[in-house]
Amino acid sequence: MTETPISVSELLTDPAGVPRARAMLQRAEWAGRAFARYDKPAVDAIVRAAAAAGAARAREYAERAVRETGFGVVEHKVLKNVACSTGVVEHYAGHDYVTPRVDAAAKVVEVPRPAGVVLALTPSTNPVATVFFKCLLALMTRSVVVVSPHPMAKEVCADAARALGEAAVKAGAPDGVIQVVDEPSVPLIDALMTDERTSVIVATGGVPVVRAAYSSGTPAIGVGPGNVPVLVDATADLAKAARRIVDSKSFDNSVLCTNESVLIVTEQAATALLRHLKQAGAYLLAPDERDRVAAMLFPGGRFDIRFVGKDASWIAAEAGLRVPNRTRVLLAPFDLVVPEEPLAHEKLCPVLGLVRVPTARRGIDAARAVLRLSGRGHSAAIHSADPQVIMEYGAAVEVLRVAVNVGNSLGSAGLETNLAPTMTIGTGFFGRSSVGENLHPSHLVQWTRLAYNRDPAEPFGDFSGLTPWQAPADPNGRVPPYPVASNQRGDYPVTASGGGQAHRPARSELNGSDASALREQIRRLILEELSQLAGG
Amino acid sequence: MTEELISFASKQEMLAKSKQFWNPDKTQFWIDSGVPLVIDRREGYFIYDVEGKRLIDVHLNGGTYNLGHRNPEVAAAVTAAMQRFDIGNHHFPSLARTALAEALISTAPDGLTKVMYGSGGGEAIDIALKSARHATKRRGIVSVAKAYHGHTGLAVATGDERFATLFLADRPDEFSHVPFNDTDAMEAALKARDVAAVIMETIPATYGFPLPAPGYLAGVKKLCERYGALYIADEVQTGLMRTGELWAITKHGVNPDILVTGKGISGGMYPVSAVLATEAAAGWLTEDGFAHMSTFGGAELGCVAALKTLEITCRPEVRSMVHYIAATFTSGLSKIQAQYPDWFTGVRQDGLVMGLEFGHPQGAKFVMKRLYENGVWAIFSTLDPRVLQYKPGILLTPAVCEELLERTEVAIAKARDDVAKGARP
Repeated sequence: MTETPISVSELLTDPAGVPRARAMLQRAEWAGRAFARYDKPAVDAIVRAAAAAGAARAREYAERAVRETGFGVVEHKVLKNVACSTGVVEHYAGHDYVTPRVDAAAKVVEVPRPAGVVLALTPSTNPVATVFFKCLLALMTRSVVVVSPHPMAKEVCADAARALGEAAVKAGAPDGVIQVVDEPSVPLIDALMTDERTSVIVATGGVPVVRAAYSSGTPAIGVGPGNVPVLVDATADLAKAARRIVDSKSFDNSVLCTNESVLIVTEQAATALLRHLKQAGAYLLAPDERDRVAAMLFPGGRFDIRFVGKDASWIAAEAGLRVPNRTRVLLAPFDLVVPEEPLAHEKLCPVLGLVRVPTARRGIDAARAVLRLSGRGHSAAIHSADPQVIMEYGAAVEVLRVAVNVGNSLGSAGLETNLAPTMTIGTGFFGRSSVGENLHPSHLVQWTRLAYNRDPAEPFGDFSGLTPWQAPADPNGRVPPYPVASNQRGDYPVTASGGGQAHRPARSELNGSDASALREQIRRLILEELSQLAGG
Repeated sequence: MTEELISFASKQEMLAKSKQFWNPDKTQFWIDSGVPLVIDRREGYFIYDVEGKRLIDVHLNGGTYNLGHRNPEVAAAVTAAMQRFDIGNHHFPSLARTALAEALISTAPDGLTKVMYGSGGGEAIDIALKSARHATKRRGIVSVAKAYHGHTGLAVATGDERFATLFLADRPDEFSHVPFNDTDAMEAALKARDVAAVIMETIPATYGFPLPAPGYLAGVKKLCERYGALYIADEVQTGLMRTGELWAITKHGVNPDILVTGKGISGGMYPVSAVLATEAAAGWLTEDGFAHMSTFGGAELGCVAALKTLEITCRPEVRSMVHYIAATFTSGLSKIQAQYPDWFTGVRQDGLVMGLEFGHPQGAKFVMKRLYENGVWAIFSTLDPRVLQYKPGILLTPAVCEELLERTEVAIAKARDDVAKGARP
């Protein structure tokens, strides 16, 4: 007898996981159909339960995300996870995406209609926070979600999505309201994106992912990368500006798309600002040090993803530099924002480009130049007390949000400004996206408008107290109910197995064959995606 | 060669030849019933008559098309398998048969450990009955009156005389029939301790899906244990997630000695059937493995189809969908029933196994005809034509469910008018 393994590989006719992914969409369609008829109190209870479940494990998931991806800072991820669970729910507590709105003066009734099946593509850099954020936005609007996490963060994301889903279902949500792909792959994501059961794709990630979402033929909300310029002029409170910039640039070791990329400072402000930056924990690289760091970060002109989300001391050590212990940001000075200057491109690590300009007007030009490299539509920051400069800057830079006198990381993400708190920054037409705002729940709900005849002779109806929605039939039971035989309904306790033995799970879940080859393929694609994202 | 293998001048000519060369009575029966259906194309839960008429299939040949017609995943698996396998040699251990057997056992109720293969449900029932006789050294077989287990030698004797006496195939000395849902009658039949097995459809299909009373099947199993008979669960129509569990019998808390599956097990792509048995019930496999054989039993292409079918059926997503679909029909049919309570008198439902009761001895035939006109194919229950068998697929989409319910509502109303006007079925 031989010991050779026997397998019949040609029977695997679809790429691994694709059939299951399609089944998920069909289950999602059923769940969405049920959820779309829930009323406001039922939805609120579900949203609260899911958010609480996420917040309760904010730290655990932060630790696991850092461990799994190797990116970022646990404390900062905890902050984001809380902000994107209970924080987001509190922010939208007063909003209603469920109850019909009656405008008697306009003689229009608006009935909210959820998006349906939301395909959420989530990134490796903000993995759990983005999963929380997209799932909760969907729940608020009675949509259902299939999460396809970035392969580098798939385990923690899958668990996070499941935790929210289980809490939601326990609180009365329909079975399958949140589903997650365990083994994401390119063919699988393509199958999900092009499937007509997907109502809308909400894509966060690198340019290739977002472009693929828009090319799929399915409605998509895709948001692209940033490359954030920050301008400081002499009117700014330079001490505060310096502290805010260092805090923001070092936040989560700079893996957010909102982290500053190039600091542009007017000559008049430069000396003082640099002094304050140093006090705040920035280290100004000498020209030869700068060259070593640049060569190390951008070998052959492309960003080396080994440095994504690593802290400043580690990067300095890798470059063979001695820097003070408390160093949080490396300042890399260069003269001109041009494509061939690597330090002008997005750097997903706490290395901040530094450009001196003679005037604020020249600074605006430099900021525009930064955004020509990448990050159009995304975000920019300015530290200034001069409204005229701020206005000129805002009107000139091709972004759709400018954080003023605040760190851009949490400023443009809406956590330290009054913008919508988000993990998904709409880059608008500048950035080839359909959405120009920070993603918020309204993006996932559309309204059927019952529009009356404008003629005053035609009276408007009395809609007060009318709602087409209901609480699920049995808020303590399951949606859908377990199928009990019609001659046993009401007589027998409804259990998972109807009084019979528990069902054993299927033996053949996803086939694990060729998993390592697939992993290698995914790994290669990630590398390409990240280097493209970083190298512009 | 340009000649087509299949070519007829018209549907009329084809029907005439069907009567001439195939089955004159059956061909004429459907014409007379207002269902002149000759199925041509088929896709998902739709079948198309040769003249192009589209029908939603809620007959599914008793669950054969649970996953829809020509399910793309099953079709792809069989197509791929044909590049490597054929039916195989039934004497030798086989890759596909062994893989399927393992998959069946790992998803089966506790206690079932061995798999025997047939090519159709009747053959599988015969294997089950033979195995029970071997294991118990008894001949008696008890089944339920109006039961249906197929048309092969032993199977047909367990069923209604409608199919047995014509062929002189009834065997009243060895095969006794007791009323359904009657535990006392069952006990009386078993008391003499000469019964090898009780064979039960978990919900008798051809009898119109009368539902087992709460506790009835568990009671029968207890009686079997008391009197030394085996319990054979015929899950040919009720298995494969149709009731929301892979095997309906598990909803009754019964671990059968033998479980029979056929029809839907191979996705309607290549026939295969299987008998799952406990170690004790499958004793002959150890004693004399050549005692029963079947050239086509467990044909390898069928096994590949079944492996894929089982994998699809056992997906957690599919289980969830079946529950959604069942709930949709529970509420949809109850709304229709509320409009015509005198005519649409009852719904027997366990998951997607449904019998619709009508207030006329031939009621389901009227409804079948109107459904056909309205683009739905569902069949009356041969052994109780008051009841329409209504068997939606387990992968139905919300859109098709809604369409089906709308068509059903219209057909039920029209059939009611037909009966009121004194039409003949």
